Amino acid sequence: MAAELWLVFWTLLKILAITIPVILAVAMFVYWERKVIGWMHVRMGPNKIGPLGLFQAFADVVKLLLKEVVVPANANRFLFFLAPLLALVPALAAWAVVPFGQGLVLANVNAGVLYLLAMSSLGVYGIILAGWASNSRYALLGAMRSAAQVISYELAMGMALICVLVLAGSLNLTAIVDAQAGPKGLFDWFWLPLLPVFVIYWISGVAETNRAPFDVAEGESEIVAGFHVEYSGSAFAIFFLAEYANMILISFLAAVLFLGGWLSPFPVSWGWIGTPGFGWLLVKAFVFSFLFLWFRATFPRYRYDQIMRLGWKVFIPITIVWVLVAGCMKYFGWVTIGG
Amino acid sequence: MNPQLLELICFYAFAAVAVVSALMVITLRNSVHAVLSLVLTFFSVASIWLLAQAEFLALALIVVYVGAVMVLFLFVVMMLDINQEKVREGFIRYLPVGIVVAAVMLLEMLALIGLRAMHVAVMGPNPATEAGMSNIAWLGQALYTRYLLPFEVAALILTVGLVAAVVLTLRHKAIARHQNPSEQVRVRDRDRVRIVKMDAERPQEDQA
Repeated sequence: MAAELWLVFWTLLKILAITIPVILAVAMFVYWERKVIGWMHVRMGPNKIGPLGLFQAFADVVKLLLKEVVVPANANRFLFFLAPLLALVPALAAWAVVPFGQGLVLANVNAGVLYLLAMSSLGVYGIILAGWASNSRYALLGAMRSAAQVISYELAMGMALICVLVLAGSLNLTAIVDAQAGPKGLFDWFWLPLLPVFVIYWISGVAETNRAPFDVAEGESEIVAGFHVEYSGSAFAIFFLAEYANMILISFLAAVLFLGGWLSPFPVSWGWIGTPGFGWLLVKAFVFSFLFLWFRATFPRYRYDQIMRLGWKVFIPITIVWVLVAGCMKYFGWVTIGG
Repeated sequence: MNPQLLELICFYAFAAVAVVSALMVITLRNSVHAVLSLVLTFFSVASIWLLAQAEFLALALIVVYVGAVMVLFLFVVMMLDINQEKVREGFIRYLPVGIVVAAVMLLEMLALIGLRAMHVAVMGPNPATEAGMSNIAWLGQALYTRYLLPFEVAALILTVGLVAAVVLTLRHKAIARHQNPSEQVRVRDRDRVRIVKMDAERPQEDQA
């Protein structure tokens, strides 16, 4: 009995050890986003609160928590409050299978990639229900756009993941990283044999998180703020948290699936710089999360029909062809798998 | 507390949620709520499958049904203005058909339970654990070796269904306007704007 209780307690501690850094990372990521976009616009960005404006994110959190949550008249109260939670829970739950290092994972499940797909497909419920429960036209339009977009890009993303699975021969994320180890370092990772799919995965990831240039679900120039137009205070903060946690998750996954996770790009003989470790994963994920911000500051919003066209008529055919190519790579031994 | 008891408690909890939410699907008045109860039903059934160590089926159920099919379902239900009275009217009319279906399902379930009671091994032991493989690896091997033909036939039927759905909804209307994206990309400013050169003019009043 005591052993089981201890196991539950220990697992809870491990969950907290993942979720609290993720939430803190979201806060710092928001600050970093405002700073980076500020620099790209030749502005200062937040610089008043704390050294270099570092505490701006926490000030924002306090502001959001103290604000009143306004419920629109005729809104469906139950679903209105459930929707932000439905958006946040999958975004945090998905982290359970993300490996941070060799053996450093909360749940080392065999079907890790499938679990990730399941969790990312659940996140859309929060958005749809928020749109519907708000009883607002703008919110409903945003929800509709988002639902169609997420489903479309999930297909392209799923097909891209299949290519990784074919090469790695496993659905386990740790096994996928291990399959990318090799003497050639950087060139043994899956980004090289799966280059088109890697690009497609990344673009689909941006679309899946409803980020610019695919942020038509928010589309502030047309539908005000889309699905969360009626949300204020802490309910809005939860949507915000879910979106940014998803962005960080997609960045980590891109690093794990295509860039060798915690593996070092340099050969082992180079000393400390060649040893694999959590630091490398962090560096890779940071580069990807920076790309999110760079895209937002650079690209104008896609037109809605073109988003659909890109997903269905460009990405999905390319990924289907590349599944075939990946199968050939594996069958004829064109790429070496594992060290 | 032994693990088996814990598993049993989990099973009954998930099963209870599944049954209650399935009941809610047909009793709730609000159709969006009904769809959400269906989502909950799928979710608890997936949890039961996870308990039975069918992890691939469980996750596939969530990815396919919860993640895609039900989202589209919700999408449609939200767009429709469903008249509750009309839906209620059909209840009595379809009741006999419903009772027949329910009776057949009950018989099938009783047959299965009866076989179990007679200790007839319906399923046999879990083949994946016997082969010492993960559930997914075993399923993949079984599908692509032993059951390749049925699997391919199922895939073919699904493809035919897909093509049929596309053909049914794709109607070429003579008046429909289509966009050609490559044409839109190739467009240049001189195709859209004509710069007219003209001298400055005085207003009419001044000349008079």
